[in-house]
Amino acid sequence: MPDLRFELVTPERQVLAADVHMVVVPGSEGEFGVMAGHAPYMTTLRDGELAVYRTAGATPERVRVSGGFAEVGANGLTVLAESAEA
Amino acid sequence: MASLKALKIRIGSVKSTQKITKAMKMVAAAKLRRAQSNAESGRPYSARLSDVVSSLASRITVGPQSPRLIAGTGAEQRHLIVLASGDRGLAGAFNTNIVRAARRAADELIAQGRQVSFYLVGRKARPVIGRFYPGQIVGQFDTSEMKNPSYAEAQAIAAEIIERFESGQFDVAHLAYSNFRSVLAQEPTVDQIIPVRPAAANDSAASGASAAVEYEPDEEDILAALLPRNVAVQIYRALLENQAGFYGSQMTAMDNATRNAGDMINRLSIQYNRQRQAAITTELVEIISGAEAL
Repeated sequence: MPDLRFELVTPERQVLAADVHMVVVPGSEGEFGVMAGHAPYMTTLRDGELAVYRTAGATPERVRVSGGFAEVGANGLTVLAESAEA
Repeated sequence: MASLKALKIRIGSVKSTQKITKAMKMVAAAKLRRAQSNAESGRPYSARLSDVVSSLASRITVGPQSPRLIAGTGAEQRHLIVLASGDRGLAGAFNTNIVRAARRAADELIAQGRQVSFYLVGRKARPVIGRFYPGQIVGQFDTSEMKNPSYAEAQAIAAEIIERFESGQFDVAHLAYSNFRSVLAQEPTVDQIIPVRPAAANDSAASGASAAVEYEPDEEDILAALLPRNVAVQIYRALLENQAGFYGSQMTAMDNATRNAGDMINRLSIQYNRQRQAAITTELVEIISGAEAL
């Protein structure tokens, strides 16, 4: 299965851009996981942790994010967060 | 004709001016690199955000219950120009150009019978705007204490502007700043930031592609959350672009100044040498004719 293109951007810089297996995003209406081939989707974020799974079954990298929104489109997942720190 | 001594002093003073401008040029070049990378790393976020906002804006039907940041106040009478200029001079026409673009926009609006007021970010625009539009400066944000614009400052500015908007002090807001295209080219720009302009009808391809997107919560709620953020991000971007543009402009200006000082030193040196030679010749003639007379 192809990897998911994932970008995490804050106003100050691009924090992360990588091809990953799965990302779990804290959406304002509940957490959701995104893998490659996800349907187009857009939601606002609540403050919480992103979990980035680089490969299947790997221990997730956690990134604290606050404010912003996530967009899933044909070219992957983009998270625009007000602030982000690993 | 200036005396030899005066010329020598003059050359010395031009030389020390040249040293200063050279140093300023190098400092500006070093700061420019940093500011430029800041401006460039800020671009993806603001570009994405304004894409999303304008595509959302074109998808909802604007009604009286829509967020006011997109629907506007229903009038277009009172305009606020948020003018972001530099805090310091010695940067060529950088500040002048921004102010000129803002004045052109303001004069156009005034010619249409609208009211215009100004909110100034940065110090340099104040004297000019105060002279041409007395009493129309409604607020000012002091950026002289900060080295690099931070997002927190942009948020503070945006919060103040949105508060003024909510309390009905103006109907439309524009943002005037200098777009950093390259070190040599800064483009003064005036953009409308409130209310948000929906995406132009010609990018129907883009909105067609996003037609199947699922929104959670619905479009209106996302939009309501994003709009204030969008204002802050646009202002932040303007501050970053300004910063980079300022150093670019300063570097160019100081480079010119250094070169002009070099030319001037050459010219003065030639004059000095000629005069020195003339003095020696005169002296020789005097001595020789004195010896002949004996």
